[in-house]
Amino acid sequence: MNAWLEHLPVVPVLAPLFAGAIMLFLPESRRSRAGLAVVAVLVQLATALVLAYLTSDAVLEVWPLGIGVYSIGKWPAPFGIVLVVDRLSALMLVLTATVALAALVYSLARWDRVGVNFHPLFQLLLMGLNGAFLTGDLFNLFVFVEVMLAASYGLLLHGSGASRVKAGLHYIIVNLVSSLLFLIGVALVYGVAGTLNMADLGPRVAQLPASDRGLFDIGATILGLAFLIKAAVWPLNFWLPAAYSSAAAPVAAIFSLLTKVGVYAIFRVGSLLNESGVHGPFGSDWLFAGGIATVAFGIIGMLSAQQLARLVAFSVIASSGTLLASAGLAPDAMTGPALFYLVSSVLASGAFFMVTGMTERTRTHYFESSDQAPLPIASYSAFGMEDSHDPLDVEDEVGIAIPAAMAFLGLAFVSCALLVSGLPPLSGFVSKFAMLSAAVEIAPTAELPVQSWIFVAAMLMTGLAAIVSLTRIGMRLFWSVVGRTTPRLRVIEAAPVALLLLLCVGLTVAAKPAMTYVQAAAQGLTSPQTYIDAVLSADPSASTAEGMP
Amino acid sequence: MEIIFALAIGVLTGSGVWLLLRPRTFQVIMGLALLSYAINLFIFAMGRLAIDRAPILDIGDPTAAAFYADPVPQALVLTAIVISFATTALLLVVILAARGLTGTDHVDGREGDA
Repeated sequence: MNAWLEHLPVVPVLAPLFAGAIMLFLPESRRSRAGLAVVAVLVQLATALVLAYLTSDAVLEVWPLGIGVYSIGKWPAPFGIVLVVDRLSALMLVLTATVALAALVYSLARWDRVGVNFHPLFQLLLMGLNGAFLTGDLFNLFVFVEVMLAASYGLLLHGSGASRVKAGLHYIIVNLVSSLLFLIGVALVYGVAGTLNMADLGPRVAQLPASDRGLFDIGATILGLAFLIKAAVWPLNFWLPAAYSSAAAPVAAIFSLLTKVGVYAIFRVGSLLNESGVHGPFGSDWLFAGGIATVAFGIIGMLSAQQLARLVAFSVIASSGTLLASAGLAPDAMTGPALFYLVSSVLASGAFFMVTGMTERTRTHYFESSDQAPLPIASYSAFGMEDSHDPLDVEDEVGIAIPAAMAFLGLAFVSCALLVSGLPPLSGFVSKFAMLSAAVEIAPTAELPVQSWIFVAAMLMTGLAAIVSLTRIGMRLFWSVVGRTTPRLRVIEAAPVALLLLLCVGLTVAAKPAMTYVQAAAQGLTSPQTYIDAVLSADPSASTAEGMP
Repeated sequence: MEIIFALAIGVLTGSGVWLLLRPRTFQVIMGLALLSYAINLFIFAMGRLAIDRAPILDIGDPTAAAFYADPVPQALVLTAIVISFATTALLLVVILAARGLTGTDHVDGREGDA
């Protein structure tokens, strides 16, 4: 029994890899590939849930420290590559699998047929995401991030069309440059510290002679910059709104996780380097300032957005900024609420992108090929925006017209709006309230109390901006569209949105246990010694380890 | 040797960054290629420059560690080359698609004001 459980951490990487590879040999016919894709995602979800259970306090037999270390090829930790599961990794895995399941089911309605190889690319994206959340090695993190990005390039272009290709071009170039920065950072870190293992890095950096510290800090800063580009911090995020708003709806839904990889890397590497006093982009005033600037950019973007998809993209930026600012403000007090906010905002923006995909159908006639529209709507043409015109015509749509389609869309839109803006009664409110109360609590004892108040102001402004802009767009979408067609929704499109929103309701109802869990996950970040000990003391196999370097 | 190596990396990086900031997609992709060459050399240099040393330790020879080349950066370079090669090829396809769809090779898909 235990022998099998030991191999569990590698399943989230292997399952999508094999599923994606096998799919390539199946005929492009939809059914077999889609079936395999759903099975693979369900396996990942089940594995992630078991991992979350095993790393919690409930069971201590398998991993006594609550941290699972899987040494690939049985090479011991500082030399070989390890996969590490702690509460934070398990939480991110569960989140990934949940959003993936919703996006996948949603895509089965029609999106997986508008281009080739949707399902293999989707699985490889999941492999990259899962691997990035699991790995304990910096270079391995680079490889998984590249796998994720390479798949995301293909998925972003899925469905083709001029606007997607244009946005995709910028997205790919920016991410290639950030990958190169990542490599420079990794090379410098290895050249100075002599290790790529993240757990090994912290203690080693603390022992570096002062003459080497300057070079190491430069390496860590460049590495952090690469993470920050992925996390879409201002001014490194101009690629995001165009890319996310032109992507197909289920792709955009899963993309809402991509920025969180950058945030996760900042949190993880930052926590391990924190002991040795390396700051730069990992925590400290710079991260706080960058986060607040990102929030401000998100607010301005939300207010100026004329399209729902762009608005949601800017809200993703604002949530990234909130997370980074909270990490810069006070990691000890803020990480727990920040993780709660991360979960809630990923679920909300995932659902929101899917709702956007459905509402776009109501205005298909309205925006038919805006490139050559004879009378462009003034505000749209002023911003030079293109609509992401669905390649499939709305008339081709097969589906049962649900009489309550508009009612469902309206309800889903309102729920998403409440979540994004952080108004009661949904989990967006709970998470924002927790962050605000933590920020106010630390204000009297903080070095710079003004930072707390800036943070509080930024959070409140985000909520206000979200409500103003969402109300405006919502009124136009639902009340004042001329010549609107009643959209035909299929159950497999509506169900994933309902699932994500119900999970948010669940997070609200079960806020206390959820908060306890994320606080425990945050504990792992604020006191990384357990993580370091667990990784470095892991003995893959006493019998075969001897004689290795 | 260090000076020549550093100059090579510097010249490649400088040219790469300049090309990257140019408005034509072909210049951008050449810039990315030059940058990735520079960075591959840089990763390699992080294993310290040495001539005639094997990345294999002879356990019987106590002085072996002094004549030892670090194999890790070499492995990293290999991975980095493969990844940058693949992504550059993908970018090339996207650039061709953009050229076909927009009718221009400007990175923004339309000619600038100049």
